[in-house]
Amino acid sequence: MPLSNPDKIFLFAEGAVSTTRLIAYLTLTMIIMVIDHRAGYLESMRAFSGVLVEPAYRIAALPSDVARAGRLAVATQSQLVDENRKLREALLLAQVRVNRMSALTAQNERLKKLLDVQKELGLGVHLARLIDIDLDPFRHRIVIDAGSAQMIKVGQPVLDAFGIMGQIVEVLPNTSVALLITDPTHAIPVKVRRTGLRTIVYGTGGINRLRLPNIPISSDIKVGDELVTSGLGGRFPAGFPVGEIVEISNDESGMFAAAIAKPAAALDRSGEVLLLQDLPQPMGPPAPQHNDPDVGESPASEEQDGAMP
Amino acid sequence: MNRRRAQAWIFIGSLLLAFLLQLMPLPQPLLLLKPWWIALVLIYWSIETPDRVGLGFALLIGMCGDLLSGQLLGEQALRLVVMSFIVLRFRSRLRFFPISQQALAVLGLLLNDRIVVVMIRGFSGDPIPTMGFWISPFIGMLAWPFVFLLLDDVRARLRAQES
Repeated sequence: MPLSNPDKIFLFAEGAVSTTRLIAYLTLTMIIMVIDHRAGYLESMRAFSGVLVEPAYRIAALPSDVARAGRLAVATQSQLVDENRKLREALLLAQVRVNRMSALTAQNERLKKLLDVQKELGLGVHLARLIDIDLDPFRHRIVIDAGSAQMIKVGQPVLDAFGIMGQIVEVLPNTSVALLITDPTHAIPVKVRRTGLRTIVYGTGGINRLRLPNIPISSDIKVGDELVTSGLGGRFPAGFPVGEIVEISNDESGMFAAAIAKPAAALDRSGEVLLLQDLPQPMGPPAPQHNDPDVGESPASEEQDGAMP
Repeated sequence: MNRRRAQAWIFIGSLLLAFLLQLMPLPQPLLLLKPWWIALVLIYWSIETPDRVGLGFALLIGMCGDLLSGQLLGEQALRLVVMSFIVLRFRSRLRFFPISQQALAVLGLLLNDRIVVVMIRGFSGDPIPTMGFWISPFIGMLAWPFVFLLLDDVRARLRAQES
């Protein structure tokens, strides 16, 4: 391989690259990073380059799609029959539950009318599929095949059949990126379903672990408690399962109890996700709950937004 | 002329493949093991054809990587600029290393890159990743001989075909 100027090659001294150019390029990248970090130009640039980025995502997801299709094609009859039976049983159970629920809903409607509550629980959802690619193993983000063309907006909650998965952080023309609740930069306001205790659940970076670092030490919480969204912060609607407490210990200072929870959603297994349409959120602090005296006394600082910057 | 074009195709094709491999999904336990393919391919090309791969090119590739992964714009660019600077500086020596020694050098480069990442994350206020973060350079070291031999073989075949 002939080089352009073989006279200039030294074995131990400055060769093809000079330090000045390195410094110039390093400065350039640092300026870009600072501008991006401060002003968030990456979003506008990404939206601009979405035309290029989206096909790349689709192509990268192709092999796993093909593999899945292949597995389906060679699945044996008995496997399919088995799966079919299981699904039918699940459907039956779900149907029974829905029937019971509809009776309860009707009753609820009546009671609410009696109480003169205006807040509606009607949910608009959009079903979307995951695009099976991996952006960065240390940031828990997923790519979804619905974007601004499907009226997806930043901040919409993402759910699967079992609970909250995360929220949309970035929207491209036909795809969007969602931040999972297990990402270390994510936080979600929750309450314990059994006692109504309000707290915040943080992601840890592990796909099966959520962190509840600041629970008052005297509060009533135990392993197995279910966590549901509290609806505070106005990002996630109230009442969706988030996780289940699996471990409780003291934090380092001994002032708070710290718990570990397991996410309710199948974060690494879901293939389809639901995107909730924006709900009309009441502005200002939420109305006090009448039937639960514990809840009203928690400090107002817990009413944070869903995501930390 | 024709050979030139074929060389360019290999060059571009290997980089595109590296980007796709980077985005490729893996089962959850294997995710941490994914080597940084883009860096491996770029190291290869800056050892073999330094007239084509300079610091500016590394910057460009890094920006593409940032756009694809939706990270802080410029992060991968900075990492690749640092890496290709070191490679280009020591190119004359790296070129004549036996493959095992080359793999060790690649390990050094990738570990250095991890330190750069930790610095960037520290400055931008992101959480510092867990211990699994340090596995990937070792996998990169193991993958290096294959990347090197594969690309070398493809190019050698091309040359043999031409003559």
